[in-house]
Amino acid sequence: MLLQVNELRKTYATGFEAVKGISLQVNKGEIVALLGPNGAGKTTLISTICGITNPSSGSVFIDGYDISKNFRDARKLVGLVPQDITLEPFEKVLNTINFSRGLFGKKKDDALTEKVLTKLSLWDKRDSRIMELSGGMKRRVLIAKALIHEPRLLFLDEPTASVDVELRQSMWDVVADLKKDGVTIILTTHYIEEAEAIADRVGIINKGELLLIEEKASLMQKFGQKILKVELQKKLKQLPKELSEKNVKLSDDGLSITYIYDTKQKKTGITKLLSNLSNSGINLRDIQTDQSSLEEIFVNLVREKVE
Amino acid sequence: MNFQAVRAIYFFEMARFFRTLLQSFVSPVISTSLYFVVFGTAIGSRIQEVDGISYGAFIVPGLIMLSVMTQATSNASFGIYFPKFIGTIYELLSAPVNYFEILLGYVGAAATKALFIGLVILATAAIFVDLKIIHPIAMILFLVLTCISFSLLGFILGIWARNFEQLQLVPLLVVTPLVFLGGSFYSVSMLPPIWQKITLFNPVVYLVSGFRWSFFGNADVPIFVSLLAISSFTVACIIIVAWIFNTGWRIKQ
Repeated sequence: MLLQVNELRKTYATGFEAVKGISLQVNKGEIVALLGPNGAGKTTLISTICGITNPSSGSVFIDGYDISKNFRDARKLVGLVPQDITLEPFEKVLNTINFSRGLFGKKKDDALTEKVLTKLSLWDKRDSRIMELSGGMKRRVLIAKALIHEPRLLFLDEPTASVDVELRQSMWDVVADLKKDGVTIILTTHYIEEAEAIADRVGIINKGELLLIEEKASLMQKFGQKILKVELQKKLKQLPKELSEKNVKLSDDGLSITYIYDTKQKKTGITKLLSNLSNSGINLRDIQTDQSSLEEIFVNLVREKVE
Repeated sequence: MNFQAVRAIYFFEMARFFRTLLQSFVSPVISTSLYFVVFGTAIGSRIQEVDGISYGAFIVPGLIMLSVMTQATSNASFGIYFPKFIGTIYELLSAPVNYFEILLGYVGAAATKALFIGLVILATAAIFVDLKIIHPIAMILFLVLTCISFSLLGFILGIWARNFEQLQLVPLLVVTPLVFLGGSFYSVSMLPPIWQKITLFNPVVYLVSGFRWSFFGNADVPIFVSLLAISSFTVACIIIVAWIFNTGWRIKQ
């Protein structure tokens, strides 16, 4: 296990409790996505693990090192890409990257610098000043700064917030490459498709609590609602009586019926629906089912907790 | 001890200085020359001698102190305030460095810059007036201690400041008046008796006096008092910095 968080709490001086007793374990080589709306406590959780804010209570171990007692050993393993673009505007790319490596107690390594910058398509820009770079490049400089000291655990705090589609895809490619190199990654996002695309496990955070953390596939299965779509041979003006349920809907063109069911339930109601259809003398052309996306799962879960 | 980190911070800060080398180098040379033209030639020709030293030479230690104190304070305060302001401080806080190493990097760089400026002014002054330094080792000691202690003060200010206005406030409203009123351009003995007493509450008097002693061998206050003053000031700054680091005051929530 690379990261172990036990009952971590963070209350700010204002009295606001941003993290309410979160426990979390992350294995080596995993990609974990922490999903949650703005203000859910994702950034505070990361900041506390990385040493930027002091925990109010609880403990954190990185590869067995306590983040307060053995902060040097713990922090050497960690790279952080912050959410906001925070860079010295007048510095050159190369200088700011060498600075980061130095801070982590390592001597300049030109071969590694070239490798990291090339991977992030920044090698050509190494002598440019930060302020001359585009937003997407600046974000890649932040990633380079976090990678240059060869961390084993990388935090990406909303890496694709406000970046265009193309850059988002290239960011995902970078993450996939890092995973191949054995880097453990924890990323926060409020884009569900991001978690869906790259994570092994997904945690859902809301109002300072980790509502759940599960394998992505099992999460989707567990909380997945499915949609059954039945296409009809002939147009239907309205649903027959035996089919009028709140989960069954006739499409506007009258050529298909959709049925939303919960895979968690013992009885999905599919058999009943199909037999009712046949009893009503409706002929079917085709049947298909759709798994609900993480987005729908997320919305359902957060709503459930509020209720 | 993470020496690489100290090195990284130190040279990163020094790079800022070298980027603005013209400004860092030319501005003290020009302002020193102006002081000599105004104080040394225009006014100094009427004062002639203070304690047996030509007025032009008499003001050299005060001029150096004036620049060194203000430069050390503003350089060090800016050095740590800027990362706080733009947010890059996250990197310092999440790196495997302790506070002492951070301090060493920032204060070391600010003190080096101030020392460099002090030496530039000294060299410029030597063009205008005939300078003799009676106690060169004491002179260097005073200069270095002043650079370090005022850089520490600047570091504290940089952490304390919440905006650029506060950052400018102390150097402008406290350090500069204290230096001007601290006998940089006059001898305390030239003041009316009541002001001679009041001026002793100004800590800068002891520094300028001690520094001047290292040049000419005479001083407003005994040299050991000056040494005590600069040492206590340094220790006081170190204690405050230690408290800031222990509590994370205005650095860490």
